[in-house]
Amino acid sequence: MATDTLKSSTDTGRAPALRRMLLDNGALTALVVLAVAMSFLSGDFLATQNLLNVGVQAAVTAILAFGVTFVIVSAGIDLSVGSVAALSATVLAWSATNQGLPVWVAVLLALGTGIACGLVSGALISFGKLPPFIATLAMLSVGRGLALVISQGSPIAFPDSVSKLGTTIGGWLPVPVLVMIAMGLITAVVLNRTYAGRTMYAIGGNEEAARLSGIRVKRQKLVIYALAGGFAAVAGIVLASRLASAQPQAAYGYELDAIAAVVIGGASLSGGVGKASGTLIGALILAVLRNGLNLLSVSAFWQQVVIGVVIALAVLVDTLRRRA
Amino acid sequence: MRTKQLSVAVAAVATLALTATACNSGSSGSSDMKVGLSVSTLNNPFFVQLKAGAQAEAKKEGVSLTVTDAQNDASQQSNQIQNFTSQNVKSMIINPVDSDAAGPAVKAANNANIPVVAADRTVNKADVATTVASDNVEGGKLAAKTIAEAIGGKGTILVLQGTTGTSAANERGKGFTEGLKAYPGIKVVASQPADFDRTKGLDVTTNLLQAHPGVNGVFAQNDEMALGAIKALGSKAGKSVKVVGFDGTPDGLTAVKDGTLLASVAQQPKLLGELAVQNAVKAAKGEKIDATVKVPVKVVTKDNVAGFAG
Repeated sequence: MATDTLKSSTDTGRAPALRRMLLDNGALTALVVLAVAMSFLSGDFLATQNLLNVGVQAAVTAILAFGVTFVIVSAGIDLSVGSVAALSATVLAWSATNQGLPVWVAVLLALGTGIACGLVSGALISFGKLPPFIATLAMLSVGRGLALVISQGSPIAFPDSVSKLGTTIGGWLPVPVLVMIAMGLITAVVLNRTYAGRTMYAIGGNEEAARLSGIRVKRQKLVIYALAGGFAAVAGIVLASRLASAQPQAAYGYELDAIAAVVIGGASLSGGVGKASGTLIGALILAVLRNGLNLLSVSAFWQQVVIGVVIALAVLVDTLRRRA
Repeated sequence: MRTKQLSVAVAAVATLALTATACNSGSSGSSDMKVGLSVSTLNNPFFVQLKAGAQAEAKKEGVSLTVTDAQNDASQQSNQIQNFTSQNVKSMIINPVDSDAAGPAVKAANNANIPVVAADRTVNKADVATTVASDNVEGGKLAAKTIAEAIGGKGTILVLQGTTGTSAANERGKGFTEGLKAYPGIKVVASQPADFDRTKGLDVTTNLLQAHPGVNGVFAQNDEMALGAIKALGSKAGKSVKVVGFDGTPDGLTAVKDGTLLASVAQQPKLLGELAVQNAVKAAKGEKIDATVKVPVKVVTKDNVAGFAG
């Protein structure tokens, strides 16, 4: 929508179009303001290499958050994605390194693990009538526990061929950023162009109305949580490949970053609203913030305060804009 | 009616599952003496090794050791200590999640006359038979000396701090600062938190290198962060930038062998676990023990890594 406006605008109309785009999107405004502030405060921020670093550091959160976007759009919540990411990466490393399975089998097993975790959560929600908060809280604990059981609590070396996912192409283009963009495109396509995506908005808008209009809500919920689990598996693989090591304690607390990214990106926790682009911006805001705080050498104690304040401000900008 | 049957069935399955896991992880000896060990978290290889050392020693001494995992949750730990007290263990070892928060529960054990051994971290405002811990301040000093000598007494370094507010981060940081006083030519250009986590170590080092590209050294307050820093440094690690870690974890020692990690100030978690059980057994028998047992730290470098078994 925003790109359409840009294309149709003439040279003289470009500045107002940009302004309209910023005004239409609170999160984007927050990201731009933050980036401008950081470039004034630190001379190192606006370097190409640093911006690529920010992209790499946003990648894992963004991929997790894309999966959570499906869930939040349909008025659910998924607390388990961090644990499921760690479990999937552990399964990959364990099956390839400890069990000697071919790497492609191990990758499929890891993705399967993520999807299976999502299906279990989805089944508990659809058929067990558990609230999503509780079902995925249970999965958070089970996933982390299984990761510890499989790895015996110690990191496992990641197969080299998969670890390439954590490096760069041609020495500068980071693969995690490419994976993030690919997953973002998939998310946008699913949300906007598929039956599953339309049902997510419908269920999130009004579940009863969705059911009465013939959507098989229970089955769609399985799909939604399976997607979130699959995305978590991809995020876990990217995370572990950056370190060339799968760690059972990795991605601890990332579910909260993922949910924050989705909400900063303009999605509503009561469902029916949310976009892939917004989620990406949300993840970038968090990454820019952490990167900038390091560059500015802000004291450890203050960093958490600043992060909390910026999250609140970013969402506040968006709510104020909507009300206006 | 149906729900009732279902819930009975669920309860039965849950009980079975609990019994099964209990048998799996339960007693390792058959004698009368029961000892409890509450570990702060098993989500960290260090404490997994501490537990392994404790279990090995318990087996050797023929006592039955019950291990619980507090999952870094202080209130859960205090419940576990209460449970030990009501199970009438002869003595217990607590590896506190939080030194202050462990106080009240340990006090209750004091009232029941059950001796308590603190492992790795102290317990505040309660009586412990002894505290078995590594000397973190000394370790910080040794790290400063190692890194300073490796870069020839002058240059700039980065410090990766552990989780803010933990005693390990405070003491290692304090020791390091003290140790560096002997080398006025060395400047710490940035000191940032990476929460003892490898991914955060990688991200924070990447960010800091952007602002300070010419650093000569990195001190990470644990090996996990050091390994992240090494990833961020790439080919510079071990060559133009010297990295020193802390803990001597298996992955850390491998990096020392490879030459990417200059040194790791090794704690000896297995020995710590063994000494904790030894002292707990002595305390249970009413033997006299020292108020503090210091587990030696060791600087592991490429020269002595071969003989070091964690």
